[in-house]
Amino acid sequence: MILPWKMSGLPAGPEHSPYAPVSIHDVTVAYQRKPVLWDVDLDLPEGKLVGVIGPNGAGKSTLIKAILGLVPTASGEVKFYGGTLRKHRALVGYVPQRESVDWDFPVSALDVVAMGLYRRIGWFRRIRRAHYEEAMKALARVGMDSLALRQISQLSGGQQQRVFIARALLQDAQIYFMDEPLVGVDAATEQVIIALLRELRDAGRTVVVVHHDLQSVAEYFDHVIMLNTRVVAAGPTSEAFTQENLLKTYGGRLTLLDEAAHAVARAVHR
Amino acid sequence: MSWTLLDTWMVATGILSALSCALLGNFLFVRRLSLMGDAISHAVLPGLAIAFLITGSRDSGPMLLGAVIAGVLTAMLTQGISHAGKVEESTSMGIVFTTLFAIGLLLIVRAADRVDLDPSCVLYGSLELTPLDTIRVAGLHVPRAFAVNLGVLAVNVLIVWLLFKEFMIGAFDPMLATTQGFRPRWMHQLLMALVALTAVACFETVGSILVVAMLIVPAATARLLSNRLPVMLSLSLAVALGSALLGHLGALTIPRLFGFEDTTTSGMMAVAAGALFFIALIFAPRTGIVAHARDQRALRNRIEKEDALAALYRLEWKEGRAAELPALRQLRRLLRRGLASCEDGVWQLTARGKAEAEDVIHAHVLWERFLVDHANMREDHAHQSSERLEHVTTPEMREILTGTVEEPVKSPSDEPDLPPA
Amino acid sequence: MSARVHSQRRGWAGVFWLLLGLLVFVAVSVYAESANPALRRIFSLRDYNTRVVMGGTGLLGVACGVIGTFMVLRKKALLGDAISHATLPGIAIAFLVMVAAGGTGKYLPGLLIGAAVAGVVGMGTIILIRHHTRLPEDAILGIVLSIFFGAGVAILGVIQKMSTASAAGLETFIYGKTASMLAADGQRIAWAAFILIGVSLLLFKEFRAVCFDSGFTRAQGWPVRTLDAVMMGMVVTATVIGLQAVGLILVIALLIIPPSAARFWTEELRVLVWLAAGMGAFSGVVGSGLSAAFPDLPAGGVIVLVAASVFIVSLLFGRSRGLIFRAMARYRLEQRITRQNALRALFEASEHMPAGQPVTETALREIRYWRGMQLRRALNRLVRGDLVTRVPDGWRLTPDGQEEAQRMVRNHRLWELYLIHHAAVAPSHVDRDADLIEHVLGHDMVKELEALLAAATPEPPVPVSPHPIAPAAGKGRV
Repeated sequence: MILPWKMSGLPAGPEHSPYAPVSIHDVTVAYQRKPVLWDVDLDLPEGKLVGVIGPNGAGKSTLIKAILGLVPTASGEVKFYGGTLRKHRALVGYVPQRESVDWDFPVSALDVVAMGLYRRIGWFRRIRRAHYEEAMKALARVGMDSLALRQISQLSGGQQQRVFIARALLQDAQIYFMDEPLVGVDAATEQVIIALLRELRDAGRTVVVVHHDLQSVAEYFDHVIMLNTRVVAAGPTSEAFTQENLLKTYGGRLTLLDEAAHAVARAVHR
Repeated sequence: MSWTLLDTWMVATGILSALSCALLGNFLFVRRLSLMGDAISHAVLPGLAIAFLITGSRDSGPMLLGAVIAGVLTAMLTQGISHAGKVEESTSMGIVFTTLFAIGLLLIVRAADRVDLDPSCVLYGSLELTPLDTIRVAGLHVPRAFAVNLGVLAVNVLIVWLLFKEFMIGAFDPMLATTQGFRPRWMHQLLMALVALTAVACFETVGSILVVAMLIVPAATARLLSNRLPVMLSLSLAVALGSALLGHLGALTIPRLFGFEDTTTSGMMAVAAGALFFIALIFAPRTGIVAHARDQRALRNRIEKEDALAALYRLEWKEGRAAELPALRQLRRLLRRGLASCEDGVWQLTARGKAEAEDVIHAHVLWERFLVDHANMREDHAHQSSERLEHVTTPEMREILTGTVEEPVKSPSDEPDLPPA
Repeated sequence: MSARVHSQRRGWAGVFWLLLGLLVFVAVSVYAESANPALRRIFSLRDYNTRVVMGGTGLLGVACGVIGTFMVLRKKALLGDAISHATLPGIAIAFLVMVAAGGTGKYLPGLLIGAAVAGVVGMGTIILIRHHTRLPEDAILGIVLSIFFGAGVAILGVIQKMSTASAAGLETFIYGKTASMLAADGQRIAWAAFILIGVSLLLFKEFRAVCFDSGFTRAQGWPVRTLDAVMMGMVVTATVIGLQAVGLILVIALLIIPPSAARFWTEELRVLVWLAAGMGAFSGVVGSGLSAAFPDLPAGGVIVLVAASVFIVSLLFGRSRGLIFRAMARYRLEQRITRQNALRALFEASEHMPAGQPVTETALREIRYWRGMQLRRALNRLVRGDLVTRVPDGWRLTPDGQEEAQRMVRNHRLWELYLIHHAAVAPSHVDRDADLIEHVLGHDMVKELEALLAAATPEPPVPVSPHPIAPAAGKGRV
């Protein structure tokens, strides 16, 4: 007599593939007494560029942090290839929001990128010339080789983000989580970053990106997770990124509705 | 002033302590925990007191152990209270170290009837007495404190050498360090243990005040002079060395200038470090106060020059002839630089002056067009903004701007038409 | 608004408990402990000297608590640390100057003036470095602290070697010497404390604004720098008057610990200030009292330890942020979420089955994910609450349980609709666990949502509400 609880039409219950890189089982996250993420239950697909979208305060960053075990969950569980995060830590790369590190730290762009290699270098060993050369190549891929020796606070926002992406490239992870890598970057940087993310995807990596710009969702992502405290829709962009789901995700905000309609129109015309 | 072998030993011992502290201080500095040195050097007091109460002697071994335990406890309690109680880290540090220090004071007073363990001895150290207490090392009589401090320095250098990159990543991006399998929290505790060990080893000789100063000041001074951690490390060591040397010299000489006898070396070493810091603060090549003032003045002069050039150019263009003007300071400067010439109060731009003026006005018009066409700014507002922007336009910016503006570039406001480039 | 009143009331309750504790403590010490005549004498305040000391340290605690609250909120807790260390050279130089002028050098007001001047110079140095570099705040404080203190130690070293004057006693400023406090000292502390409290009250609104959001306050045209300087001046004053009582290292404790402890009890600044003042007074009075009662207990240390005990108690039991309170809240929240999940799963499972047939655990596990024993424990708890019964081959909702589950599903559905239609405006309003959604959103909004719910499910009609929702319907609340 009552509709199934999950209105979004997601499969209810544990229909999770044991081979999914990440499967999220009914995760609820609460700060103080209010849940900020309700019953998130989905698999992330292998080798896809996944966009996480939703209005401000919808829990996008919280979702990523919950997956990585950086915030406690009130119920539910996250599995990596059917195992725990601890077991598969080496497979996971994380690009935090730009504000999360101290940009006054006395290191150059090159030093920061080289940090992506530390796990491969291992305990006690020193960073050798070959490592710096590798870091330099990664910097070149983001078009930053000419600024390699700049102290990081002297870089612009977009350049700092490129440094982070270059570092992620060197980490050689199987699943990447990136929290708003395209916020506050210039158009050129955005194109460079997207091209690199596609490269990663084409190499079979899963890349999960928290994103805020509806206009580019259809163009950038193979797969979207539309979030507003609970998952409104998740799936291939062509199926999930619909006008109806956008309305459900963004509520009754008029300007956004226009934007959404525009975005969908663009997606349809492609 | 007379320099003796005693002075040499005192300075050498002081230098070793200073180097140990300065080395570790860099990592405290980048973690924004400079005051942790201060906190730990106070908080080891109960560790010392308990070690003493248990063993009943002033042996270094148990004392060092007690101090290291107290130091690590300080770090752990600070983090624990800050995390669990959602208290700011520096606040929680203040709570922990004052409490531990109070406990230490009470314990020491309790123990005082059994042996003389004077807290002020911890404060000042007794560098002056170190050369008297010697041990034999490899057939040589060296002061015991010298040998101990040398050992501590060796341990510090070795650990920093081995774990430099682990310390660095743990301080810069703990999240990444965790996902890479380096344990930033362990690294942090290790660093704190080293700080505690160093602090205690140095207390006896140079006193807590020098430990605190050397943990903080050389690293901060080096940061003013350098942008990379390895460079900063070596600079801080140089500053530490310099302050120890200068400090002792100062202790011997400065009080005499005022007609007093000499004073405590450790206090003067801290003062010397401070002097070096202020020298760096004032004279640092790029960030110092002098360099900053110089840059500011250069910028102001350039803006003044460019404004004067553009003003002359506009006048000539508007009136169709060279303008008669009083010899203002700005104009006289142009004259001196060969950018303008003056005949009977009539001012004219030279060919070079004209070229430079055209450059400025070109940038101005480009900005105006860009702001009006692409940023929907009102024309008068665009003019005002361009007045500022024209002075900071790099060639790259000019190129980008040219790309966004339709040819031929025509000012939306009343600006001179420029000859084609 | 109601939340604010609530927290305020909670804060005042904290003050009440604290005062009650103080009273009980004193009463117990004075009367029950007749076995210890020393204690009784001290806490009955019969002794003039003790009266002075306890009154002085108590007032010092009040003053430090008040100004410390602002410093802790301004995230400058350790500023007092730097400034108190910076006073040492001032004391030493004042001594030298007074000796040069022909005195003994031990004239206390003179020494204190020296300390205050040095404190102000230290403050100025901090501001100077902050203005000219990008060094982090903690390094700046550390630099000033160590250089000034080093200079002080160096000058003390000079004094110790002087033949003309005895420097003995200057070191008491480092560690404090409460017991020797005279009536004049007590009066000085009292005056300073009154001035500090008066200034705090006068500038309360301004300080609050600066502590909360200095950037915004500046944009509003308030002289933030001047206000900051006033605050720092107050710290210097508190530090200087505290020097003699507890010493320059432990006066920091009085500036930091009581405000931090009070923070666990309240979110309301006005309450916080008075609570911190009360805790400071408590530490001062009880600490100096205990120290007077036992030989060999320096008052500075005991006062700090009393403050630390107050802090630990607050950290554990604080009604607003205390560890136990927060852990319990977290535990309850998880319990509630699990309980709701269980009820919901039972409800959904039984929907797809013929009426009256029990639901198996397997079916529940198909509906949602449960960690380990989570499901069994939740079900057992529901059984104890008479919402579910255990039947031979599974579990079944009781009529009460059915009603509760229905109500919950309705609430959740309404929230979901609210999110869809309004959440972009205010997702922070969403409180799925509010048993009475009307209390959060208001009746009009709920009516609108119910209409939407009915429209979204044409066939068969959703039971809009299984029973009338009235404020009394809090049954089954966890």
